Amino acid sequence: MNKTGPAQVILRGISGSPGICIGKAYLVDREGVNLIKRYPVSEAMVPAEIDRFKNAVTKAKNDHAKAIEALDDDLGENLNILETHMVLFKDKMLYGKTLETIAQDRINAEWALRKVSRQVKIMFEQIDDNYLKARVNDIVQVSDKIMYYLVGAQDIQIKDINKRVIIVAHDLSPADTSQIKLEKIKGFVTDRGGKNSHTSIVAKSLKIPSVLGLGRATVSINNDDILIVDGSSGIIIVNPDEDTLFKYEERLERFEEYRADIERDSHLPAITRDGITLNLMANIELVEEVVSARDNGANGIGLFRTEFLYLNLKRFPTEDELLQKYKEVVEFMNPEPVTIRTLDINGDKVIPYIDSVEEVNPSLGLRAVRFCLENQDIFITQLKAILRAAAFGNIKLLIPMISSVEEIIRVKEVLNKAILELENQDKIFNKDIPLGIMIEVPSAVIMAEELASHVDFFSIGTNDLIQYSLAIDRSNRRVAHLYQALNPAVLKMIRMTCEAAWKKGIKVTMCGEMAGDPINIPVLVGFGLTNFSMNSASIPVVKKMIRNMDFKLAKKNAEKLSGFQTTEEITSFIQEEYKEILPYKETDE
Amino acid sequence: MNKNNLFSLQTITINELGMHARPAAKIAEMAMEAKGEVQLSNGSSKVDASSIIDILTLCAVKGTRISIQVEFIEDQGIMEKIKAFFDTGFGELNNE
Repeated sequence: MNKTGPAQVILRGISGSPGICIGKAYLVDREGVNLIKRYPVSEAMVPAEIDRFKNAVTKAKNDHAKAIEALDDDLGENLNILETHMVLFKDKMLYGKTLETIAQDRINAEWALRKVSRQVKIMFEQIDDNYLKARVNDIVQVSDKIMYYLVGAQDIQIKDINKRVIIVAHDLSPADTSQIKLEKIKGFVTDRGGKNSHTSIVAKSLKIPSVLGLGRATVSINNDDILIVDGSSGIIIVNPDEDTLFKYEERLERFEEYRADIERDSHLPAITRDGITLNLMANIELVEEVVSARDNGANGIGLFRTEFLYLNLKRFPTEDELLQKYKEVVEFMNPEPVTIRTLDINGDKVIPYIDSVEEVNPSLGLRAVRFCLENQDIFITQLKAILRAAAFGNIKLLIPMISSVEEIIRVKEVLNKAILELENQDKIFNKDIPLGIMIEVPSAVIMAEELASHVDFFSIGTNDLIQYSLAIDRSNRRVAHLYQALNPAVLKMIRMTCEAAWKKGIKVTMCGEMAGDPINIPVLVGFGLTNFSMNSASIPVVKKMIRNMDFKLAKKNAEKLSGFQTTEEITSFIQEEYKEILPYKETDE
Repeated sequence: MNKNNLFSLQTITINELGMHARPAAKIAEMAMEAKGEVQLSNGSSKVDASSIIDILTLCAVKGTRISIQVEFIEDQGIMEKIKAFFDTGFGELNNE
């Protein structure tokens, strides 16, 4: 690259969340630690530098030992992982090599540690076995912990960033993204991640522009580079020239006008031109998101993902802690309903204190309800908290990842156990809450009619349903473009689910990301779906779409869809048919 | 006595997962108590048994033949303990 004056570079990725922002790049490493500085250490200072490193290791180890002590004894497997980490702190290849590197290269401890852990990473990348290859994460975690203590008080975590910057990261974990403070960060870009990855879902709810799956953004971008993030078209421009900057400043203004226009009408009901009222609810993950849900005009919470509380602690939350959070949401939304989905972990969300590392294929593994049925004490704790929160407002209980009738029968048994325990403990609770299941596994679609006779409602989870039906990993950028909501197979499955539910007289909601994209709305409404739950930021756009639509026409058009065999035919039909009312999209072409 | 004259025992990785982080940590702990060096070898490469990281790079999947070597006779007890650990499938056999 040209060293005298930075040249404008355009990088293409995947649109994470729409919008435009212009600002300075701020590179963060894994765990949100600042990028590491390198400086020489004089020979006389080497012993002091070595001591500094040893101190950091001791502190990190003590901290880690405390985390182990805080764990319950019955978390055996978990304990194993943490104890493995204990030994790793003093491992020759990490600890010994870093000390050697400080002395030999006469460089600061941070850089020496970075150099050594990079070498270890390279070593592990050459291993054929996928399980062993993934063990590099244990080493990275340990070295990140040491780094944390080395960098000391100036260490910056995502939650502490206090400049208005654009974050550039290799990847952001759900825990990282949930720490982003909206008012502090203009937008973010990552090397990894696809359109429907967890990172993008959170980004959308935060309403900050993001571009994901850039591949090498952290390599091509330097701290303080000027960046334009165009989240709508999925591109970023590094060190833009004046003309480009000018063009984007105008575009930013137009985008903000458009957004303001949409949001103005967000409090009007979602009613079609021919008078059919639809029900738009919000998906939330953090308790704090209820405010934005209500501001965006949601009629309730259609999906409250409950993993966050588990991800953010070093141990399992207690029943009272859970109750307190659920109660906050329920009371805030009352009398509107809040649908609480029980724990869905070990798919793309891994709880650090549970050992799940040995699964080669976690999305087909012991996740969600399967995990809960195997770990009934954890499940019962959550169910009890939900039942108790139901005394304070309108709650629906939603079980994720049901793939057979047996599972829902077993869930009911556990639920009865939880009720019995609460009765024996004389707690105030409400057991008369609707019980529903997520329809997100193809087998549940096939068995929808049978499942419907055991529950009060269905909620179609399109993110996983599409992933499992089309065999597409939505976070794999090489196949992410094949993840298509309007695929005819997906549409058929949605239809089957709805028909089974209505035949048995139960309600259906759609709570996947599919419901938040206006282009899908005419199809879904045409199928007869009237309950949708989406990221709250999408509600105003979807509402505007609905208010311009005609229900009868949508039904008629949906009938025509069964004549199409490809996603392309369906997409272009919708685009043509609804081109007047589909939302604004600005691209270069 | 030259260093090439090592004491060694042969064993085999028999558990389903092969060598992974937990047993590697246990072995490293045992090896750190030795007076001299303890090495593991899979025929083509040789690693320091007191480093988890090094052990993992052996890539000892199920069925890998491993030779455990120590340089001092005093460390024979440790060598036998490590072999016994391998022979019991790192205590994971009853889970299969």
